[in-house]
Amino acid sequence: MSTDVTDRSGPGIRGDGAVGADNATDRRVRRLLFGCAVITVLTTLAIFFVLIDNAASYFFGAKLTEMLLGASVERTVTFTEFFSGTRWAPDHATPGHGVLPIVFGTLAITVGAAFVSIPIGTATAIYLSEYSSKSVRSKLKPTLEILAGIPTIVYGYFAIAFINPVIVAPIAETLFGINMGRYSLLSGMLVVGIMTIPMVSSISEDAMSAVPDDLRNGAYALGATKFDVSTRIVLPASISGVFASYILAVSRAIGETMAVTLAAGMQPQITANPFAEIMTMTAYMVKMARGTTAVGTVEYQSLFAVGLLLFVMTLSMNLLNDWFKRRFQEEYR
Amino acid sequence: MSSETDHDLFADVDLGWEHRKNRIFLGLIFAASMFGVLMLALLLFDVATDFYVGLTEYNINLVDFFTRDGSRREELSGFRGAIVASITLMVLVTFLAFFVGVGSAIYLEEYAPDNRITRLIEANLANLAGVPSIVYGLLGLAAFVNGIGMGPILLAGAIALGLLVMPIIIVSAQEALRAVPDGVRNGSLATGATQWQTIRNVVLPAAMPGIMTGTILALARAIGETAPLIMVGAIFINRMPRGPFDRFSAMPTQIYNWANEPSQHFIHLAATGIVVLLSFLFVMNLIAIYIRHRYETEI
Repeated sequence: MSTDVTDRSGPGIRGDGAVGADNATDRRVRRLLFGCAVITVLTTLAIFFVLIDNAASYFFGAKLTEMLLGASVERTVTFTEFFSGTRWAPDHATPGHGVLPIVFGTLAITVGAAFVSIPIGTATAIYLSEYSSKSVRSKLKPTLEILAGIPTIVYGYFAIAFINPVIVAPIAETLFGINMGRYSLLSGMLVVGIMTIPMVSSISEDAMSAVPDDLRNGAYALGATKFDVSTRIVLPASISGVFASYILAVSRAIGETMAVTLAAGMQPQITANPFAEIMTMTAYMVKMARGTTAVGTVEYQSLFAVGLLLFVMTLSMNLLNDWFKRRFQEEYR
Repeated sequence: MSSETDHDLFADVDLGWEHRKNRIFLGLIFAASMFGVLMLALLLFDVATDFYVGLTEYNINLVDFFTRDGSRREELSGFRGAIVASITLMVLVTFLAFFVGVGSAIYLEEYAPDNRITRLIEANLANLAGVPSIVYGLLGLAAFVNGIGMGPILLAGAIALGLLVMPIIIVSAQEALRAVPDGVRNGSLATGATQWQTIRNVVLPAAMPGIMTGTILALARAIGETAPLIMVGAIFINRMPRGPFDRFSAMPTQIYNWANEPSQHFIHLAATGIVVLLSFLFVMNLIAIYIRHRYETEI
């Protein structure tokens, strides 16, 4: 090993071979650390592999790996049934394999949550970046960070013990005469909206704070009011960061599990009634994991088909976010 | 706006309306900013009152709560098994994720050449951070619980959580390493130290407070994660785990079980569990803040 080291270290000052040994150590460490970094790539590959491998057995009756070893392929669930069926009950005696009801649940929660987090988060960001005094800012920012650091299970508890019985149920009963159960779509939307406010506000605020003061001062010099500057100068100038925060919040809402499971329930259905119990894709996965689902059954396999769909949805959101940042990022120096 | 007017620059501008518009806008965005604060206050208030009502009206005894394990019977239920499981998880996650995470960060910041492989690793890191936590649970379930036949044991949960927090640890460690000024590195290299000697003796000690802070915050994230643990089967287990190869239910999964029960007694047990979980988070954040402030001035 020392032969290929000596020419690297050049004329040795110490000349006792220790330099060569040190360099050899350096390269061994470098290789070891590279191995550490590769683990993160392997994790992604493993996620892909596990999801596709197991989802394959849901659709074709055999895992990808088993197919390669020559297992017979039979269509157990067709893609048409999966993507267009409107009854989701893979664990039922007469199973339904249409994923639409739980995709609806996830999208309904996501859209509803966006209606809460996007306006409130953006307004908070404008307030923090443009209006608040330093002392207010130094208190408001950490407070919102606390909101972001609270575990999702606690939000789930907040929904089932407070938002649903104390806020949503009385509204349903007094205004619409609906006697509501423990779970509702609306409380799921609200609680996920509340949890994603800090994501929108902090990332948007970073983008707004990066807008140089010259732009603001230019507008003021033309007689613009603070409202004009905030909405017509700062917001458009920071729009790439602001949109990135929206996409992140949406991605987070799609993958959100515990809060929606405890808030919105486990009843797969497509409904326009915000006081009805629904089921998201993640809630279905929790339901299956709670049950005594045996490995190899179609229920177990459905878990991975849903998981793969969820993964693809969040991944495309993240890629969209990347693309957006690269495409529209304005650099102010 | 005023180009057509010769005499009065502001003739077509209703200044009173402009004024009102500004005040309405400020009112709106201030109210929106307070909404988040209000929700946080409501959440904490709700948990605190449910905790208090549990102590007074449902006779939840805190000593019993900390010395008993979970139970199907509400009056016999405690949190000891879940607390022990969560602490064991934290220790295992630290072992699994800390060294690999910091190692990756050192490679990416100190060694990695600017080539396609490095960019791939970096892009992949950003992507991993956006993967929903429940997907890590699926990975744990398929690869470790059933794939290599571990079963729903503590170690499987720790692996899922370890992989989940790894990107967080790497990114925070990278930031800490980046904060070490290059002059320090060059000084060490100029004395004839190899790159690894420089990292080990100079860069790492300087970056350690930042790395520790980031790791503690990542662990705080892990201790509250529920979905991956449910996916690997950490649910409906009431007794205390006897080591990393035993079945388990941690604090968040136990809270989920209780919160899902229709009985009010269980709901208040869940609130008590949440107070304990939030106390853990509070202490971990305090430690992180302490480390950050204690060593802040040294570089």
